[in-house]
Amino acid sequence: MDRGADARPYGRRAFLALLAGGASSFLWAGSASNVLSPVTSAFSQLLGNLFPVGGWRIYTVSGSMPVFDRESYRLEVGGLVRRPRSFSYSDLLALPRSHQVSTFHCVTGWTVHDVRWSGVRLSHLLELAEPLPGAHAVRFDSLEVPYNDSLTLEQARLHDVMLALELDGRPLSRPHGAPARIVIPEMYGYKGVKWLGRMNLVAKQPTGYWEGLGYDQDAWVGHSNGYHSV
Amino acid sequence: MATTPSERVQRWSRTERAVHWIHAGAFCILLASGLCLYLPSLAEAVGRRPLLKEVHVYTAVAWVSALAAVVALGDRRSLHRTLREVELFDRDDRSWLRARPSRQGRLNAGQKLNTVATAAFAVLFAVSGFFLWLGERDTRFRFANTLLVHDYLMYVSVILLLGHLWLALILPSTRHSLNGITRGWVRRDWASRRHPKWVEALDAEAE
Repeated sequence: MDRGADARPYGRRAFLALLAGGASSFLWAGSASNVLSPVTSAFSQLLGNLFPVGGWRIYTVSGSMPVFDRESYRLEVGGLVRRPRSFSYSDLLALPRSHQVSTFHCVTGWTVHDVRWSGVRLSHLLELAEPLPGAHAVRFDSLEVPYNDSLTLEQARLHDVMLALELDGRPLSRPHGAPARIVIPEMYGYKGVKWLGRMNLVAKQPTGYWEGLGYDQDAWVGHSNGYHSV
Repeated sequence: MATTPSERVQRWSRTERAVHWIHAGAFCILLASGLCLYLPSLAEAVGRRPLLKEVHVYTAVAWVSALAAVVALGDRRSLHRTLREVELFDRDDRSWLRARPSRQGRLNAGQKLNTVATAAFAVLFAVSGFFLWLGERDTRFRFANTLLVHDYLMYVSVILLLGHLWLALILPSTRHSLNGITRGWVRRDWASRRHPKWVEALDAEAE
């Protein structure tokens, strides 16, 4: 094949340049993504959840997502409480409602800004059950077995921790944990149990599903799970 | 030299075709399983996340192993020849990139660039995917942007793939090249029009 003196190794250079650019993007992809987010979120609104750049990803631990049945659904609150409670979906809807706009951080690196949640303050739900003096933590069991996680009572009573019933003005969809999920804006998303079925007050904080896989118990955003920034 | 339309020239060796189809097949499985992990609507419709995750990870392992096996056992001379062609851009290639009419070899400059980008993205996909897998097991290897890098590689690769499919399946003047990557040969008259320098070099070798 004719390869004269005018042939230059551009192919190799392009390959190495792409590798270098790609490898360095481990450092700058986050900032680039933030700069691009007005564009990408406009896209995602345009195409709905088919094109979720900068949007949600759905993580599940079992074969299928729980199906919410409005009639039979119950949220049980028990364990070390004076008044064990069982809330139907309409009971939950009748409780005093709070609204908040918060940022959702996933430990795997994606973030959804300005999420509008509506639901019941967890501190209020806990008051209704009247925790006994020996209770120090609350364990959340998902209807998606074996997903569960926990918070200390102190964490559970933070002002922005909520049992969310609505997301962006609509009842929680099945992928988002219908009908109720825990939201803890200051912690990574894996702590916020979806498809919540039971809350148990306990004396000692148990090891949850993700903690059993090596994730931190106290999942503060930017200060846990190997992250030291923000 | 007079040519009849039925004359054929060999464009890709079995080894080269094996590399292409292993990569293409693995990419499709990885894309499909990855999208089911990534898009909420697909995640809800398909479910079975742990299974899909295993499909994704084991396909990636099979992809790398199969490529390594083909390189180890296949016709390395043909791979080496292609590698050299892809590395070097001569004056005609450079004019092609400036959208000027120019005579092209077995691969035109665009095909060379596509090969280079595909190879670089393959490495970056493998590295970012490996860190996603490792980061789940050891927090020291959990980096904030690994998932973003993997995602954006996917978007760019899908755009490249759509262009590739357009040229290989739809555009009339180029789609005969599909024959080359499936059966190995292309018609000599087509090759003389699209890749004249290659056909001339073949004739010079034959003399």
